[in-house]
Amino acid sequence: MAIFKSLTRFALIAMIAIPLASCGINNAPTLEENAKAKWAEVQNNYQRRADLIPNLVETVKGYAKQEQETLTRVIEARAKATAVTVNASTITDPAKFKEFQEAQNNLSGVLGRLLAIQEQYPDLKSNANFLALQSQLEGTENRVTVARRDYNQAVQAYNTEVRTFPGWFWAKLFWGAKVMETFTATAGAQTAPQVKF
Amino acid sequence: MITRAMRSDHKHPLRLLLVGAICLAMLVAAAVAQSLAFPQLTGRVVDDARLLSPAARSQLEAKLAAHETKTSDQVVVATVKSLQDTSIEDYANQLFRTWKLGEAKTNNGVLLLVAPNERKVRIEVGYGLEGQLTDAISRMIIAAAIAPKFKQNDFAGGLDAGADAIITTLQGGTEWQDRAKVRKEAPDEAYDPLAIFLILLVIFVIFSILVSQNRKAMSGQPHRRKNGGWIVIPSSSGSWSGGSSGGWSGGFGGGGFSGGGGSSGGGGASGDW
Repeated sequence: MAIFKSLTRFALIAMIAIPLASCGINNAPTLEENAKAKWAEVQNNYQRRADLIPNLVETVKGYAKQEQETLTRVIEARAKATAVTVNASTITDPAKFKEFQEAQNNLSGVLGRLLAIQEQYPDLKSNANFLALQSQLEGTENRVTVARRDYNQAVQAYNTEVRTFPGWFWAKLFWGAKVMETFTATAGAQTAPQVKF
Repeated sequence: MITRAMRSDHKHPLRLLLVGAICLAMLVAAAVAQSLAFPQLTGRVVDDARLLSPAARSQLEAKLAAHETKTSDQVVVATVKSLQDTSIEDYANQLFRTWKLGEAKTNNGVLLLVAPNERKVRIEVGYGLEGQLTDAISRMIIAAAIAPKFKQNDFAGGLDAGADAIITTLQGGTEWQDRAKVRKEAPDEAYDPLAIFLILLVIFVIFSILVSQNRKAMSGQPHRRKNGGWIVIPSSSGSWSGGSSGGWSGGFGGGGFSGGGGSSGGGGASGDW
């Protein structure tokens, strides 16, 4: 009765596995994967922003040659932000995470200044290409805000899981889980650029 | 690395207490972040700021309902008295997610939000419609269709023009019929660990019964008995299934109007007047 024996074995494994799963042994990996997915969304949106910038710079150049300094600063900040290497360990390494956040925040700042110069250039302000780019950039900044908030919430759930009992116990025993970093709000980063009509 | 930290936590009760305090602070922070009060989703037009006459309201509702029947895109108009000291982008996104506009699978919801006291308006677009109702188009709709009417205090006209523009955009292109066909499919139930657990449990119980019957049938063979003994125990524990209630709640239950489980990630545009 080999079938009978294997059935018994299957039942035995199920008897051990099901209670283990139901008392939270899978929580930490599940929450970790969730947080990683949210992190990918953050990166995605920052990438989208970086991709939009060269077009914006080209458009502004045609109308506001005097703003060379602002333009140069944007290009430099973009280069710096895209040069920060991001890999799997970035979200668990406080120093690397801080570097990433600072580079992106710096780019947000100079980009805001570039978008603000439109007030002095009526031709630029009414240029359809510029308007489209501007709304895309504003939309992207807003998506970044949402993605960062989602990521922070996912990390909070994960960090709480691996720092409190039963999750802490499982993490220590099996997963070797590392606490993840969250974005901190910076002055001015909370408010998306405003549109005036 | 973290195991070392954890071990030291274990040794020093004070540090463990500190970690606990951090966790508590996180939970409080999370609770504070979601503490905005939102109006109930009572229909396709939620006029909390009382900007519309009953006639204008029902006309707008009929228009949005017709669009939803056609494409299943869920377009909702909301007016609120206050943004509760947050930005309209933040408020709109959280309201969208609270109401779960659009279907969970396709995220095909749109929220047109007006805050007359802050003089702000926003079109928040669900993930699934970002490709059609882009940020640039949303902004053009606000600037060209909505804001001019709002400037003359014609809120009904502005909302009507805005809804028209959104609907036209979403129905534009020839592919919307195919889209509608795709979206008529039943919405997928999200992956549910509880469901997997229940299925496993059912299989387990069936196996137990089979095996115990097998055991009865073969009771003439004494050496089989000790194997069978393991199996019978869990089949009697019917109380395991007690946790199943509530696991299957979909967005389409009840008789009233409700969101379908969709989400948005900050797509769309904002403006003022």
